[in-house]
Amino acid sequence: MPVPVAYSLRNLWARKLTTVLTAGGMALVVFVFAAVLMLDAGLRATLVATGQPDNILVTRRSSGTEIQSGVDRAQAAIVESQPEIALGPGGAPVVSKEVVVLIAQPKRGTGVPTNVTVRGVGAAGLALRPQVRVVAGRMFRPGTAEIVVGRSIAERFEGTGLGERIRFGGREWTVVGAFDAGGSAFDSELWGDGEQMMQAFRRQVFSSVAARLADPGQFDALRARLEADPRLTLDVKRERSFYEEQSQAMSNFISYLGVTLSVIFSVGAMIGAMITMYAAVANRTAEIGALRALGFRRGAILAAFLAEALFLALLGWAVGIAFAAAMQAVQISTMNWQSFSELAFRFTLTREIVVKSLLFALAMGFVGGFLPAVRAARLRIVDALRAA
Amino acid sequence: MHAAERPAPALIRIRNLAKSYRRGGQVVPVLTDITLDVRAGDFLGLMGPSGSGKSTLLNLIAGIDKPDAGEILFDGVDITRLGERELADWRAGTVGFVFQFYNLMPVLTAYENVELPLTLTRLSRRERRAHVEAALALVGLSERMAHYPAELSGGQQQRVAIARAIISDPRLIVADEPTGDLDRHSAAEVLALMDRLNTDLGKTIVMVTHDRRAAERAHAIMYLDKGELSTAADVHERSVR
Ligand SMILES: Nc1ncnc2c1ncn2[C@@H]1O[C@H](COP(=O)(O)OP(=O)(O)O)[C@@H](O)[C@H]1O
Ligand SMILES: [Mg+2]
Repeated sequence: MPVPVAYSLRNLWARKLTTVLTAGGMALVVFVFAAVLMLDAGLRATLVATGQPDNILVTRRSSGTEIQSGVDRAQAAIVESQPEIALGPGGAPVVSKEVVVLIAQPKRGTGVPTNVTVRGVGAAGLALRPQVRVVAGRMFRPGTAEIVVGRSIAERFEGTGLGERIRFGGREWTVVGAFDAGGSAFDSELWGDGEQMMQAFRRQVFSSVAARLADPGQFDALRARLEADPRLTLDVKRERSFYEEQSQAMSNFISYLGVTLSVIFSVGAMIGAMITMYAAVANRTAEIGALRALGFRRGAILAAFLAEALFLALLGWAVGIAFAAAMQAVQISTMNWQSFSELAFRFTLTREIVVKSLLFALAMGFVGGFLPAVRAARLRIVDALRAA
Repeated sequence: MHAAERPAPALIRIRNLAKSYRRGGQVVPVLTDITLDVRAGDFLGLMGPSGSGKSTLLNLIAGIDKPDAGEILFDGVDITRLGERELADWRAGTVGFVFQFYNLMPVLTAYENVELPLTLTRLSRRERRAHVEAALALVGLSERMAHYPAELSGGQQQRVAIARAIISDPRLIVADEPTGDLDRHSAAEVLALMDRLNTDLGKTIVMVTHDRRAAERAHAIMYLDKGELSTAADVHERSVR
């Protein structure tokens, strides 16, 4: 039979200051742990949302990123003519031959030049990205030096406000609109006409070819044929997998850093919990003796003190996760080292993170509370009672 | 003194009990060879100088300590041979404790403190409530159920502790200097209660005390000194001597 739960809970309440300090330490660790996982989840969500399930992306073999890729016009034409590619309303294949370039643009306020991705899109570029919606101004007109800017970029860089002019590729471009790409990586890009960009940057090759499949089930067949074609030295990927791979290195880095930090911090929090619980056992030695005399078994004493430590951890978790949840309002923008360009994303709280951080907090409580609980349970009754 | 009228068999039979403590490297004998019978319904007072082993003997009888040698038969069961858990369960069902410093749980109310031993039983919440209210009424603290120990006087706390001691209707009540920390008036109340537990409820009581007035409540007094028990001392005879 256990000691009533109220006994454990009220003892936490009875020493409020210690409880708050100890739970606060745990809350901090939970916060760091959850925030890092949320960062990772946000990054993945952003990059995964960038890919459409029935789109493919063709890049030069082993290029990894669009920046390092090159697909010449002949190769692009072969890709375009494949039978698996969907046809649009006018009978033209739904294909966008794109050029992706980095420009260094000063940030507003600080003036620090930061890499921004410029994407010249082809005819079907918008049709391929239904998540992209114009939210201010209008879309650029093909064949002009007009550009539109992603939601996360707009206003944050010099020359990216509506109606402003921005200079790159030896030309002036006019910002005619801003678009929302549904939290995807496109939100951190500048878009304009593909052919215009090719001319401006004096490029002979496209960076990539994006296309829609008529039937996503035909992907394997298409890839096998294209990758086996000796005229082409191309990688054919589902757009979604491509962007998932883009996030891998950063995601791994964030996860390792976060987990390492959390583990180091958690040692402090666990030692804190252990000290608190040892003090609780020492202060309540006579009570423990009385409980045992009344007939509570050693196991019940162990459980009562362990429960106390776990409640402490639960409190720390609740506070930590609440603060972490508030971080969802914050937008992060950072360098994606895989594409070397600015990428904006949000802390994203998922059910998995809630559960993981709860388990992490309970593990801290368990480790911190275990030895003190064992000491409480191992006391000899007569010795404990003499401590009165 | 009641032996002739009631040749009842002993509830507790203690035989050749020995107990020593190890202090530093030395073994200090506390009890050497105690033999004692306590009959059901007895109210036994244990007296003796400080450090003579009264608490040690009481703890052995109550099953919270183990002797080095000898046996303690309670209703025919040798409790010195019970395992840790069996002994805990035996205490829960058989022994009520009254300590010198009350030993209530500070974070629980008077009601909850009295209820505590019942959480070890299968009684429902409603049944527990009926028992707890009756016990608190018996000790005259019905009005103080929701009070925490810190909000009660020493005498009131000890009465709560007495209610806790009888709540699971144990056959034996052990009390270690129950009035040791109380003023004269509170001590008298507590002793009157102990008397009622014995006479009205028929509880067998073993009470350690320093206090002559307390000892007068007992039917029989035993003196413990230098590890030995001097038996059959009638408190009245002693006091007139
Ligand atoms: N748990 C213990 N560990 C070591 N020595 C003890 C312990 N309990 C009692 N003693 C010693 O045994 C002797 C008897 O103690 P106790 O039974 O408490 O005496 P009393 O209750 O008669 O004052 C004392 O010398 C005391 O110091
Ligand atoms: Mg004593």
